This record gives sequence, structure tokens and C-alpha cells, in this order.
Amino acid sequence: MASSYKDEDGHITVSGSGAAAGAGGGSLRSKKPENTAFKQQRLPAWQPILTAGTVLPAFFIIGLMFIPIGIGLYVTSNNIKEFEIDYTGVEMSSPCFTCAQNFSWNGTKPCTCSVPFHLDQPYESNVFMYYGLSNFYQNHRRYVKSRDDSQLNGNEESLRKPSKECEPYAKHGNKPIAPCGAIANSMFNDSLELIYNDPNGTKVQIPLTATGIAWWTDKHVKFRNPGAENTNLTVVFQGTTQPVNWRRPVFQLDSDPDNNGFINEDFIVWMRTAALPTFRKLYRIIQRRSNVHPTLPRGNYTLEVVYNYPVRSFEGRKRMILSTISWMGGKNPFLGIAYISVGSVCFLLGVVLLIIHHKYGNRNNAAEISH
Amino acid sequence: MGMDFSTLRTLISRYCAGEENCVDTRTVYIGHKEPPPGAEAFIQQRFPDNRIISSKYTFWNFIPKNMFEQFRRVANFYFLIIFLVQLIIDTPTSPVTSGLPLFFVIIVTAIKQGYEDWLRHKADKAVNQCLVQVVQHGKLSRKHSRKLTVGDVVYVKEDESFPCDLILLSSSRDDGTCYVTTASLDGESSHKTYHAVQDTKAYKTEEEVNCIHATIDCEQPQPDLYKFRGNINIYMGNEPVSRSLASQNLLLRGATLKNTEYIYGVAIYTGMETKMALNYQSKSQKRSAVEKSMNAYLVVYLCILISKAVINTALKYVWQADPNRDEPWYNEKTESERQRHVLIRVFTDFLAFMVLFNYIIPVSMYVTVEMQKFLGSYFIMWDDEMFDKELGERAVVNTSDLNEELGQVEYVFTDKTGTLTENNMEFIECCVDGNVYVPHIICNGQVMPGAAGIDMIDTSPGPEAREREELFFRALCLCHTVQVKEEETVDGIKHGIHQGKSSSFYISSSPDEVALVEGMKRLGFTYLRLKEGQMEILNREDEIERFELLEVLTFDSVRRRMSVIVRSSTGELYLFCKGADSSIFPRVVSGKVEQIKARVERNAVEGLRTLCVAYRRLSPEQYEQVCHLLTRAKLEFQDQDKLVAEAYDLIERDLILLGATAVEDRLQEKAADTIESLHKAGMKVWVLTGDKMETAAATCYASKLFRRSTQILELTTKRTEEQSLHDVLFELSRTVLRHYGSMTRDASSGLSSEYIDYGLIIDGATLSAVMRPSQEDSNSGNYKEIFLEICRNCSAVLCCRMAPLQKAQIVKMIKSSKEHPITLAVGDGANDVSMILEAHVGIGIMGKEGRQAVRNSDYAIPKFKHLKKMLLVHGHYYYIRISELVQYFFYKNVCFIFPQFLYQFFCGFSQQPLYDTAYLTLYNISFTSLPILLYSLMEQHINIDILKKEPTLYRDIAKNSLLTWPIFIYWTVLGVYDAIVMFFGVYFLFNNTTFTSNGQMFGNWTFGTLVFTVLVFTVTFKLVLDTHYWTWINHFVIWGSLVFFVVFSLLWGGIIWPFLNYQRMYYVFMQMLSSGPAWLSIILLITASLLPDVVKKVFWRALWPTNTERIQAKRRCLASEPSTIFMLSQTSSRISF
Repeated sequence: MASSYKDEDGHITVSGSGAAAGAGGGSLRSKKPENTAFKQQRLPAWQPILTAGTVLPAFFIIGLMFIPIGIGLYVTSNNIKEFEIDYTGVEMSSPCFTCAQNFSWNGTKPCTCSVPFHLDQPYESNVFMYYGLSNFYQNHRRYVKSRDDSQLNGNEESLRKPSKECEPYAKHGNKPIAPCGAIANSMFNDSLELIYNDPNGTKVQIPLTATGIAWWTDKHVKFRNPGAENTNLTVVFQGTTQPVNWRRPVFQLDSDPDNNGFINEDFIVWMRTAALPTFRKLYRIIQRRSNVHPTLPRGNYTLEVVYNYPVRSFEGRKRMILSTISWMGGKNPFLGIAYISVGSVCFLLGVVLLIIHHKYGNRNNAAEISH
Repeated sequence: MGMDFSTLRTLISRYCAGEENCVDTRTVYIGHKEPPPGAEAFIQQRFPDNRIISSKYTFWNFIPKNMFEQFRRVANFYFLIIFLVQLIIDTPTSPVTSGLPLFFVIIVTAIKQGYEDWLRHKADKAVNQCLVQVVQHGKLSRKHSRKLTVGDVVYVKEDESFPCDLILLSSSRDDGTCYVTTASLDGESSHKTYHAVQDTKAYKTEEEVNCIHATIDCEQPQPDLYKFRGNINIYMGNEPVSRSLASQNLLLRGATLKNTEYIYGVAIYTGMETKMALNYQSKSQKRSAVEKSMNAYLVVYLCILISKAVINTALKYVWQADPNRDEPWYNEKTESERQRHVLIRVFTDFLAFMVLFNYIIPVSMYVTVEMQKFLGSYFIMWDDEMFDKELGERAVVNTSDLNEELGQVEYVFTDKTGTLTENNMEFIECCVDGNVYVPHIICNGQVMPGAAGIDMIDTSPGPEAREREELFFRALCLCHTVQVKEEETVDGIKHGIHQGKSSSFYISSSPDEVALVEGMKRLGFTYLRLKEGQMEILNREDEIERFELLEVLTFDSVRRRMSVIVRSSTGELYLFCKGADSSIFPRVVSGKVEQIKARVERNAVEGLRTLCVAYRRLSPEQYEQVCHLLTRAKLEFQDQDKLVAEAYDLIERDLILLGATAVEDRLQEKAADTIESLHKAGMKVWVLTGDKMETAAATCYASKLFRRSTQILELTTKRTEEQSLHDVLFELSRTVLRHYGSMTRDASSGLSSEYIDYGLIIDGATLSAVMRPSQEDSNSGNYKEIFLEICRNCSAVLCCRMAPLQKAQIVKMIKSSKEHPITLAVGDGANDVSMILEAHVGIGIMGKEGRQAVRNSDYAIPKFKHLKKMLLVHGHYYYIRISELVQYFFYKNVCFIFPQFLYQFFCGFSQQPLYDTAYLTLYNISFTSLPILLYSLMEQHINIDILKKEPTLYRDIAKNSLLTWPIFIYWTVLGVYDAIVMFFGVYFLFNNTTFTSNGQMFGNWTFGTLVFTVLVFTVTFKLVLDTHYWTWINHFVIWGSLVFFVVFSLLWGGIIWPFLNYQRMYYVFMQMLSSGPAWLSIILLITASLLPDVVKKVFWRALWPTNTERIQAKRRCLASEPSTIFMLSQTSSRISF
């Protein structure tokens, strides 16, 4: 099989009598191979070999480096405060049970529910608020490709004629859907509010920042509203229709013109398809206001949910997560544990190798000398 | 009357033989002249014109034919199918990913083949357009070569080559002979004599030639260069004459006219029917063991691929059974998808999975392997140590497909004469009636000036003996076919006759003859020339003696002798005969047979080539009879060869033995050293020769094939005459097996010092008896098995008295024995061609017996000693390199594709690719291809010098040891492990959390990119761990390709690419790198992936080191001290790139 790329014929060489007339004086020099290091395969080279002796230090060094790194990572991860609450409303006791039960696409009146919860510890620095979905296959092939990046980049032509990839969410009636595709169509549209129940009885709404949640490059380069800057989005999107499952058109996502249309950050966040079926997405940031008070003090809170997003049909779950962030991101003990274990394995192997090297290395050397 | 007779005979002979081969003859009208009416009813045949077509394609059929041939290959076809599937159905990856590499390969191959074909077209055109001179209407006219037709009378001048196969009609020489070299046909550069048809040799001008009125009957073209039978009917004068034609009348296309002013000949075979064209048929393709393993692995991977696709398809439909999973509200299907039949959906899903995983069998592997072989073969050609100053030749690679096979050789079959020995004959001594004469020898066979040159060892002879002695010398001066070439130099054998005087040379196709004639010269009898049928000899008294040469009974390998009949100036008739002892002694009636026999045997034991000389005095009546016998035999059309042989047999008898000669054929330089190294490397060396047993055995001792300690087993005609073949075979096998049994016992008790090695000698006749398929009793079928069993336990085997075809038979027998060992045949002559073609690897030595072996070989080397470096160094390297290449390619693609397979479990079996299209396409093409290609060209796990010094290292790679199933499985398991580490490492990192410091989330493309980054680094570092030879090029390529990956990724994600309809990779790579945990996990995962391999390597090396590894370690110890060898190798390797 592999011989395939070779010319496999022994064809007639009709070149006259060249073959035998070779050994003349002139051809002698030309036939002599050049004596260069490369052609004689004698280029100077470093010739390392992996022996117990050479690898030993490496193992110890890796062990000694990885274990502290791992411990550091583990401690960091442990210091991160994370709170997670499921508000799907599967159980009867759940406050959102009614909303989940009575869900209909055409409901005009939004269903709301409040989920109380308690934070045991105060959250000191910036707190990041996520929503999490599970059993939601954002990484399904049909789903992942169901978008039109050039439409989202503000291309007028794609706005009018969405890509075929968006099917069956490309057109509704005769109007092109903007933004088209399954991803956009299924955008998460629950709205979440946090209320702090002050021990003195007052309810304080926690201020949530809705910007800075999407990648900077996405918001400023990859996603763009069609038309020139500062034009009225309503005009620009004339002739298109909103995605079927949306309650309002794309140009009414936010009142802030810098966060409206395709560059709405909630939308951008949703459009970055998650890698795994259980995922979380950044929803809001709770900025730290003062140096004296923690961002989220210890105490009772209420999560006010406008319940719009159905997940029960595919046995999905919805969660709200509050998390502080360190330099290594959210709470994830994996990296620390992995570092510690790889480090210890290396260290252990180093010890074993040391023994072997001591025992067999000498023997081999002795054998060689007698050899 | 005569005419009737000849016509009748032709007719009869045609119809007698004609029953089976009626169309096997053709009739040629010389000069297109019809025969006289009523002569014979010939059927006019159509003959092709003289156009040579070596090209494969025409302008019109190039594209379809080339495409067809390329896609006929399984690999190409597979990739084409994948590509078509991608085009037709909705698949996860774009058709570009497989189409681009495939069409790149196809187009490059097509261009290469097209270019080669264009060159052939050009060469064809040059040949076909070349002008030749043809006699037309009594005048010479010029014609394009391609327009020549059968029957044209062609005029060829000296140093021109013949445009087609011609029957020689006449030449400028009076005797109607001409000299020809067939160097470009069979490589023999000696001048051969051809004879014109007796009746036409007088016609020497175009007018005269034009009057020739004759027809030729001859056989249809056949490829044997040396066989030709025909008959010419000449209708001139009153009675038509019929003459037989033989190969000595046939001038072959491609041969060149020499030493003759001009000739006239009639074209009988033209164009593609010439013997030359018929001889250059394509050779069968040889495939290397590595290639076979590669194909086996390929099948395994194809199975893995299919099972992966099947598993995924099945799981997909199990998983999708719930409609809310199949089609949740957020991810609906299009109408057309819904309406598709379920079977079609299953099938397309299966195909889509196939496409998704098809990278596991990479196109690029084929390209890389081809490139490795092609480029790697240059190192053989460039090797300075395989350059021979004397010949001015370097090693030649005729096929690069078998480079790695050079590292796998188990059996070496070598020719003796010209391969082990120099084929540079030197006259050593002669023995006349028991008196031994030795010419004075100074180095290089030059005679001491002034010395008459006889050194009597035994007593000086009496007058009667002196007479016999002179007769012996005369006999040797006369009984040969040596030609004297004056002045100019010729390729081939040249020796000065007169030192200083003029430069004349003896030329002969047999170097033995030249050595004998030269030896005679040194003993005082100088052969001067053959002039007008007279052979002239300068005797000791500086008188010229003339002998009329009457007949030459030429040498052939069946008779193993030749004779001449001469008439001396006094009118006496002599028959001188010289030949092998076995063919002379039975025909001798008197002479001192016993003494001579003893001397011959003694000489043979010393490794000298012996010939016996005998004579017979003929009375005129006897001579008449001889002439009659010969002419009758030569006239015969049908069984000429047989009749001639019978006639010779009748003539060469009742001989009187004169003496014997001994010629030494010196061993090639370092032949013994080479054979010793090959032995140490675990190869079994067989010598196959046509020589007689004693001579061959002596050479074997001299070349250390047999040592003094070797116990010789004989399987010769002599023994089988005494006992039956059956008994001999069983006895030998018992001896060998008993020893074998005791050896294993010794080995267990640790006493293997008393190791006897066996050598076997077998001759051609016994061998054919052994090989003969079972006929009489059921036992005989086992002979072959027993024989093989014996051979297996012998370190060296000598086969003497071999016919060329038998050589090939032996090779074939060993090749097809149950272990299927890899065989290598090395030889220099035309008689070795069959075995060179038969063996797995054929090596030609650029010897003196022409170029035929070289041309038919896979590799050609100037000297036998170069075989050592060829096998032990180049073969070893190529094998190590290509086996790593193959394993590594499969490994890196398992690492590449297995994560994709795992990802299917997390994306609902939706065929979502893990990596971006660009990564899928470029992974094998650019990110990971160059380092392994370079590795496979440059790797030297051990220095060249050590490989040469320690031939035993060759055993470490014997039996395809680096491509065995356990190793293959190890690599595959390693690949799967790495894939699992990479995938799940990243999975747990991504698992429902974030790892950025600004809380933002990453998507599926970041997931894939992270896996891919770890992947590229891991597989590259795996190669780093395997590389033992780091030149600056390695550093450049390995680090360069990693840098290229990073730069490419930055660029690919750094721009909104206007021509793409998706921007999924935009800033993904940069965002990923902006996160600390991503870096940490890359480092961690690479370490974790490489760890087991490092541990395995170190442990194995420490606990069960192979020889190679011991030597490597030793070298390390040495390297720390100032070792001369390495100092030298370092200084010699200054950077002179």
C-alpha cells in the first residue's frame, strides 16, 4: 500500500550507451560524494539518553515543584466561597413549582417566584452571579452550528438572508429572524434579582452589574449591530422578526444603547456555546462597594425569579450560583488535587528509581566492564 | 533439385513443429523483394514499425488513466470515499479537511508521473526521430528510425548503434565479421564477434546489396538475448540456397558497432518487438516487512474506526430514544431531516461518525513514509565510505522502497566470483606432467624485466618432456577466444602486452582466459594476433609461429570446456581442449593423469581456479569427419543446439592430458571481515557459486565463512552415490539436532562455551534431488523440510555447481520456509540476476561481469565490503527510523482522535467535532508532521562507528522486533491513555466552573483548543523523548513546529476572517492563554501524559536492558572520558553543511 506513491514501472530507458561509459576521469570526481557533515550523517549532535540516573533529578524536581503548587491551588480553591441553589421547581415544596407546572410559551403574564436562602459566610470581594443549566446540550452539533456569525457581526446582507445553517430557525413566516438560529432562539430569559433581608427587617435589593460579563473581544469586535453607529436599532432591524421563542425583539433587550441588539451581553454570553451539557453562565456581577462592609453580608436573602425558561421537558435543572473568584477562577479542587497527586507519584517514582539505580545501575556497569 | 529439397524441408520443418507453433515464425523479404513465384506460399504478416514507445500515457488519456491508477490503490480510494461522503451528506467536518491533503497528494503524484512520462516521450522522440541510412533502389537514403520496417536493408557505420534487430548481411571486413559491444544491453563491454551470412558477405556496396534476393524465415520475437533461430533462402544464381541463422548473425538493437567500418543488415524485428524492448519489462514490486506490518496495523485501525463508528451510532439511537433528547424544544430539526427514513438516518449517522474519526488513518502517513524513503535513500548515495576510488563509483539506489529491509536481513546469499572474490584473475602456476612452473611475480602481476620467467619447482625436464611442455604452452596460446585490441583503451579487461612498446590489450569475455594468455606470455609464449585465419605466436626464441585456426568449439557451461582445431605450419592438425577437470578427465586416454589430478586437487584446496589442458592429434581423415559433423549440425534449423552439442561430444574425446593451470581469483578487500561481521550480526551467509566444490570451499575458508572450528557437513553427489539421499539427509539432521539438544542443555547449565557451528556444503545436483517434488515415496516430500532443518542450524552454507536458475530456487525455498526470513542476494554477474530478483533485497556489485546485476538490483554497491555498512549502519538506521515513524504516526492519531470519541458521550452523540476545522486539517499536515519526518531522516540512536564495530547490535532489531504486536499495542495503549488524560483533565477543569480571574466562561471551542494544545505539545514531547540525536536541525524543526502552532493559533483566532462563514475561533486561543489555570493544566497534563512512557523507558533500561541500551550507556561512560573515537568523530564533523 505504502509503495503507492512510487513510480512502479521498469520502463525502457532509451538513452543510448550511457551506462557503461561511466568510469572516465571527469566523472570520477563528479561521482564522489561530497564529504559534508550532513551528507555523511555526522552532524555534531547532542545525544541524550533517558537513564535512571538522568531522570532521577527530574522526577524529584517535578515532585518538589508540583506538590507545593498543588497545595497552593487547593488552598486557593478552598478559600473561594460558592453558593448554589436550584430553583427549577421540581418538588412540590419548591417555591417555583407552580411556575414550572404552569409554563406555557404563550403566557402573557410572566410567572414569578421567590426563593429564600441563607448565606453562612459573608462574601468579601466581588461576587459573581451565575445561572446554571444541566442536561442542556448546548454542544449538540445541530445546535452549535445553528448560528450566523456574519449576521451577528452586523452584516446587512446576512440580516436579510440568514445562513442556511440557521434552519429551521432562519425564517418565520417570510421574515428573516434576527438573530437567527437555534442558539439565539433558545436564549435564557429568566430574570433573577437578589434581595437581602436585613436583620432589621428591611429588604435591600442588591445592585447587579450586567456589563463585563461577556468577552471584551466578543462585545466589541465579533458582535456588532447592523447599520452605522448610533442609528436607531428599530429602523435597522425593520423587516426582520424576533426569534420564535423570544418575548421581545432583539432591539429591545436593554434600554442602554451600548448593551442592546446583538451587543447585549446576556445575549453574547448565551451565544458562546458551553462545552458540556451541565454548564453555568455568568449572569451578573455584584461589585464590591465599600471597604468596610462585605459585598454580601452573612444573612438571609431572597432570589426573585421571573420564570420564563422551561427545562422540565428535557429533565433539565436551573440553578443560581454566587461565587467569589480568585486568580484561578471559581471553586475547583481538581487542579490542586491533580497537581498534588502527579507530584507525589513523581516523587515516589523518584524514590523507586533511586533504589533501582543504586541496585541495578552498579550491576550493569559491572557487567559492561566484564563484557 | 536442391531448391525442391530445401523448400520441402522448410515446409516440413514448419509443419512438423508447426502443429503447436504455427504462427511462431515470420518471413522477411530482404529489401521487400518478393520471392520468385512458386518458391513458397508465404503468408504476408503485418509487422509494427520501428517506433519505440516507453511512455505510459498520451496527452489525452493522461488524466483519466493516471487518476484511475492512483485511485486503484486502496489508501487513496479510502480517502476519496471519505471525501465523497463529506461532500454528499451533512458531516461534522468540512470536505476541505480531507479533500485538501488528498488532492495535494494526488496532484503531486500526477505531476511527478506526468513529468517522468514527458521525459520518456522526449527520449522516445529523440530515438524515433534519429536518422538511419537505408538502401533503397541501390542507393543509400536517410530515414527516420521510426519509419524502418521489417525487410529494410540498413547501413550502419562504426560506433553507431543498431536501430533495430538486424541480420548481418555483410561487413567492411573481408571475413564478414564485425565487432559489437552490448554494453547497453547486458553490460558486457567486451567486443563480441558477429558473422555475416556466408553467401552474402561478399556484397559490400549498396548496389551489390540491393541485388540480394532472399527471404528469411525466423521465429517470432522472444526476449532471450542469446537465442535466435532462423533460416535464410537465397534466390540467386540458379539454385536457391538455404542457410541457417543463429544468434551470431543477429545484431541487436541497442548494441554498438565497433572496430568495423560499416555493415549492411536487414531488419527483422522492429520497434517494440526488438529483443531490447522485450527485455525491459517491468520488474515485480517488492514490498518490505515494515510495509506489511504497516498494512496490518492499518487493518486494525480500520476495525477500530468502524467499531467506534458503530458503537457511537448505536449509542446515539439508544440515547435518542427519548424524543425530548432527540429533539428538545431548543434544538429542533428541519422538516427534511424529520422526514428522512430512519434507516437512511442511521446510515448517514454512521458515515458521519466515520468521517469524524477518519483522521485515525492519516493520509499524511503515506506521504511522510514516501518522503522518508525517497529522501532517506540519498544518505546511501551520499555515503563517502561506500565510494570506491578505483571504480569511481558510489552506491546506487534503484528503489527506495526497501531501505528498512536492509535492517532485517536474515539470510545473505552471495555469489562467489566477482562478489566475494575480485574476479581479477592472476595466473599462478601451471603443471605439465607433474612439473610445476611458476612465473616470477612482483606485485600487481608485472613481470620482472628481463626474466624469462620460469621457476622450476620440481626437477628440470628432459628433452621429451620439454617438447610436451612447449606443446602445453602452445595449447594455451591457441585454445582461447581472446582478442587483441591495439592502441585505444576499452572498458573492461585491459592488460598491456608489450610493456613500453605499444599498448595492446587482450580482451575476452572470460577473465580466466586473459590471465592464462598473459601467464603464457610471462612464460615466454606470446599470443600476437589472429590475422587472416592465422594465429600468430611469438615463441621463446622470438620467432613467430603461425597456426591456421580451423574450428572453434566454443565454451558453454554445460560442457564446461572449449576446444580449437588448428593446423600448424608443418601441416599437422591438432585439437586443443581446455576445461574443468571434471569435464576433461573422463575424456582423457593417456597422460600423467594421477600427478596432474593430485596437483589440481591441491590447487583447488588452496582456492585456485584450475583448468586442465589436453590435446589430440587429428589425421586429415579425422578432420574431414569433424568438419562434416560440424557443418551438418550447424545447418540444422530445429535442434541445432542439441546437434552441435552432440557433435562436440564426438569430437572432444580420446584426449591426451597435457597439464593443468591454476589461476587465482583474489578475495575482495575486507571480504573476510565483512562476512565475519554479518555472522556476528546474526545473518546466515550462503555462498552460491557455479565453481567446483574444492575451490569454493577454499574461498569460504579464506573469507572466514567457514572457520577452522566449523564442522563441515557434506551433502554432495559423492556422498549420495555411496548412500541414498534419504540416509544422508537423516544422518545429517540427526547430527545437527543432537548437537542442538545438547546445546540447550548446556545453555541451561551455563556452559555454552563449547559451541560448535556447522557449515554445510551442497552441490547443484544433490540440491535438485532434494528439491524435486515428491514422486516415488511419500518420504521424499519431507526432504525439503529436513534439508531446511539442517540449514537452519548451520551458520554457513556453501552451494557449489549451481546453475543461475538454481540460485533463484534456493532463495525462493528459504524465502517460503515457515519462518519467512528476509533474504538478501548479492552478486555481480548476469547469472546472479535471477536470485537478485527473487530475494527480498537484491544487491548488485559493480563488478567486471557487466552491469546486468546492477541494473536489476534494488541497490548497487561498488564492492562487497560495502555491504557491511549498508546493512549494519544504513539498514539499522532505516529500520529504527521507519518503525518509529509508523508507530508514532498511529500513536499521534490515536491521541488526536480518541478525545473526539470521548467527547461524543458528552454531546449527545451528535458528531460534534472537538477541534476546529483548521486544527483537524493542519494537525497532520503541519503541526506534527515535520518533526517526525526529520526524526525519520536523522535519528541515530547509536553512533555510526559503534554500529560498525558491534555487529551484534543488528540482532536487536531482527525479526521486525520494533513492529511486533506487543509494541504496537503498547503504543496504542499509550495513545489511548494520553487521550484519556488530556480529555478528562480538561473535562474536570471545565466541569461546571470557571477558571478565569474575571469570572467569564469559556465555551466548547476553548475546551477543544485546550485539549488540542496539550495534544500538540504532548505528541511533540513524546518525540523529543525518543530522539537520541539532536542536531541543530532537530532543534530547529521541533521547537519551530511548536512555535508555528502557537503563532498559527494566535493568528487564526486573532482576526475576523472574511472568507469564513463562522468566527468560532475568534480570540479563543488568546482568552485561553490569559487564564493561569489553563497554563497550569497544560503543564500538568503534558507531564501526566508523558510520565508512563518515561517510567517505562527508564525501568526497562534499568531492569532489562537490550544490547543497544547497554552500548548507549557504555558510550556515555566513555564519552565522559577523552575517547579517541569520539574525539575523532567530533572533529571530523565540523559544521560544513
